[in-house]
Amino acid sequence: MTSPDYRLTQLETLEAESVHVIREVAAELERPVLLFSGGKDSIVMLELARKAFAPARIPFPVMHVDTGLNFPEVLEFRDKRVAELGVQLVVASVPDAIAAGTVKEEPNGSRNRIQTPVLLDAVEEHGFTALFGGARRDEDKARAKERVFSFRDEFGQWDPKNQRPELWDLYNGRIHLGESIRVFPLSNWTELDIWQYIARERIAIPPLYLAQEREVVERQGMLYAVNEFIRPRDGEQVVRETVRYRTVGDANLTAAVRSHATTVEEVIAEIAVTRMTERGATRGDDKVSDAAMEDRKKEGYF
Amino acid sequence: MAVSPGAAQPGIHPAEEAVVDVHSPVAEHVVELATARKDILRIATAGSVDDGKSTLIGRLLYDSKAVFEDQYEAVARASKGDFVDLALLTDGLRAEREQGITIDVAYRYFSTPRRTFILADTPGHVQYTRNMVTGASTADLAIVLVDARKGLLEQSRRHAFLASLLRVPHLVVAVNKMDLVGWSEETFERISDEFSAFAAKLQVPDLTVVPISALHGDNVVTHSPNTPWYEGPTLLHHLEHVHVAGDRNLTDPRFPVQYVIRPQSDEFHDYRGYAGTVGSGVLRVGDEVQVLPSGLTTTISGIDGPRGPVDEAFAPMSVTMRLADDLDVSRGDLICRPGNAPQVTQDLDALVCWMADEPLRPRQRLAVKHTTRSVRAVVKELSYRLDVNTLHRDLEAGELGLNDIGRVRLRTTQPLFVDDYLRNRVTGRFILVDEATNATVGAGMLTPAG
Repeated sequence: MTSPDYRLTQLETLEAESVHVIREVAAELERPVLLFSGGKDSIVMLELARKAFAPARIPFPVMHVDTGLNFPEVLEFRDKRVAELGVQLVVASVPDAIAAGTVKEEPNGSRNRIQTPVLLDAVEEHGFTALFGGARRDEDKARAKERVFSFRDEFGQWDPKNQRPELWDLYNGRIHLGESIRVFPLSNWTELDIWQYIARERIAIPPLYLAQEREVVERQGMLYAVNEFIRPRDGEQVVRETVRYRTVGDANLTAAVRSHATTVEEVIAEIAVTRMTERGATRGDDKVSDAAMEDRKKEGYF
Repeated sequence: MAVSPGAAQPGIHPAEEAVVDVHSPVAEHVVELATARKDILRIATAGSVDDGKSTLIGRLLYDSKAVFEDQYEAVARASKGDFVDLALLTDGLRAEREQGITIDVAYRYFSTPRRTFILADTPGHVQYTRNMVTGASTADLAIVLVDARKGLLEQSRRHAFLASLLRVPHLVVAVNKMDLVGWSEETFERISDEFSAFAAKLQVPDLTVVPISALHGDNVVTHSPNTPWYEGPTLLHHLEHVHVAGDRNLTDPRFPVQYVIRPQSDEFHDYRGYAGTVGSGVLRVGDEVQVLPSGLTTTISGIDGPRGPVDEAFAPMSVTMRLADDLDVSRGDLICRPGNAPQVTQDLDALVCWMADEPLRPRQRLAVKHTTRSVRAVVKELSYRLDVNTLHRDLEAGELGLNDIGRVRLRTTQPLFVDDYLRNRVTGRFILVDEATNATVGAGMLTPAG
C-alpha cells in the first residue's frame, strides 16, 4: 500500500482516480444513479463506489436496464450484491416497455438499440441527473474520445464535436433541468486492470466468467451456449466444450470462448496472452459497421 | 520496417483465441510482464497529420503489442498503398476519418514490463489549442513532433510553450522523418540546438531530443542502425525510464475536503470523516493540522484508505480523514499544516486559456471551480494577451478569443486557498464556467501577483 518512495502502483492510481470521480458526482449532482448490469466492469465500479463512501452506505441507487434476455446467473448475482450493500435497485424493463408499446422488438432479435429509450424513460421518470457507466476508453474508438463527465442534452444525446473541455481533475457537473451527465469512473482502466483488480481485491463475480463445460453451438465462427434464448438451428450440432464468457451481455447475443481458466488468475493469464479485443471477439452487434458505437452513443446509448 | 499487409491473416477465429496453455513458460513470462507492479506515466502528444504523429502513436501501440489482432486487421483492410498505415489505429470519430484530421483529445493505453502509459493524443493546429491544453493538463511528459525536413516551425514552438505553461515536467522532441533527410546528423543537431535555445527561455526543466522515423520504427523501440552517431535512448526507453518521482510536491500538505462521510448507523454512530484526494504533501495520523477557512487547528486521529486504516496519505491517494476535534468542516474546506498554509485570497492573478467562442472581457461574471470549491468571480482586468507563437505580450488587448491565452485578474465572491501553479499544480489551477450555458470556458493557472 504505502511505499517508501510515495509512489502508487497503476491499480492504486486508477482506484484513487475513480473514487475521486464518484465522490465528486455525489457531492455535486443531485440525483445520481449507478448502472449495474452484473457484468465485471459494473461490479468493479460498484465496489469502488462502496469504498468511496465506506463505512457509510452508497448514497445513491443502482439501476439495471433489464432486456429480459439475461443470463439467470447474472440476475442472481445482481440481487445478491445489491442486498449485501443495502442499496436500492431500480429496474428499467425492456419487456415491460415492449408490452406497453413504447418500444418495438427489432427483427434481428437484438434489444441493444431499444434499451436506449427504456433507459432514457427511466432517467426521466426518476429524475436522475447523473448516470454512472462502467465504460472504458480502451474498449472502442468512440469511447476513447469521451470525457469522464460526458454531458447529455435533454434527449440523452452525445455531441462528440461539442464536448466540454476537461482539465486536470476539475470536473464540470453543471446542468440545466432535463439535462444529465454520464459519468465514466473507469475511463482509464484497461480490461487487464479490471481483472487484476478483481483478483487483488478478491471481488466476487458471476460464475459465467470462469471456464466450465457447457453445451454450445458454433455459429458464424462464434460459440454460443445453448440456453433458453439460444436453441440449435437446423444443421447446427450441439457439442460440449469448456468455455467462459469475456463479457456478459444479452444471453441471445453473447458468445463464449474456449478456455480452461477456472480461476481469476488463469483468466488474467489467458487475457495477457490473447490478442483479441473483447468486444470484437464476442459481441455480434458491434460488427455491423466501424462507426456502430459512435452512432449508438449519439442516440443516448452508453 | 514497414509492416506488410500479408502479415495479417484474413478472417478471425474468435472461438479459438482464448485457448492457451497458461502454464507454459512463454505464457508465464507474458503474465509476469503484464501483471508486474508498475506505475503510470501520463503522456501528451501534439501534432498534425503531416508531422506523422498518428503514425508514431500507432507505432508505439503496435510495437508494444497494445494492438489486438482484430484492430490490426481492420486497419490493414482500410490501408491504401503497400504497407499497413499504423496511423489509422488512432483515428477515432467518423468526422475525423472523413476529414483526415484529429478534432479532439483521444486517450490511448499501452504498457511495457516497466510502465503503463496513458497517452492523450491531441490535434496540433492552432484552432485546437484548447484540446492541447486539456491533454497537457494531466501529463507527466509531453512529446513534441518536429518534421526533420522542415525544422522548427511555429507549431512546434507553440506546442513546447503550451507544455511549459501547463508545467508538464518532461519534454521530448521527436525529430521525425529522419529517413527523408538521409539520416543527417547535422540536420538533427541543428534542430536540437535550435530547440534547446528556445526551451531555455521557457524554463523547461527536462528536455530530451530523439531522432526517429515513426514510419519505419527507427529509434522508437529499438536503436536504429541508421543513426550510429546517436547515443541517446530510444523514445520508448526514455518513456520507460524517465524519473518522475521527484515531480510531485511532497512538501506542502493540501487536502481539499470533497465529501463528508457520516454513516449514522448503529455500528458507526459517531463516525465523521472528511473524504478527499490528497493534493500534495504527506499527511500522517497524529499530525497537527489547520482547517481553512476557519483557521482552527486539530490533529488527525485517523486516515481511512481504500483497504482500511493507514498511517499516512500522500498525493494522489483518495482517503478519508478523521479529526480529533468536532469542528464544522464541509466540502470546499481545506486541511493543511498550521505553519504551511496556502494563501487565502479573493484576488486571483492567472494565465487563462480561453476556450469559448464568446470572448472573455473585463467585467464579465463567471463561475470558478478551484479544488472542491465553487465560487463566482468577476474579471477585473485583462493585463495582456500572449501570442502563443512568438510569446509577445499584447498589452492593448481588450479581450481573449477562443484559444487565446492571457493574463487575467479575477475577484471572487468567497476566498480561495491558493498556491502558485509553479509550486503546486493542484491548488494553483482552476476552471472557468459560463453560468448561463454551463460550458467550461477557460482554464487558469495562478501566477504571483504583480
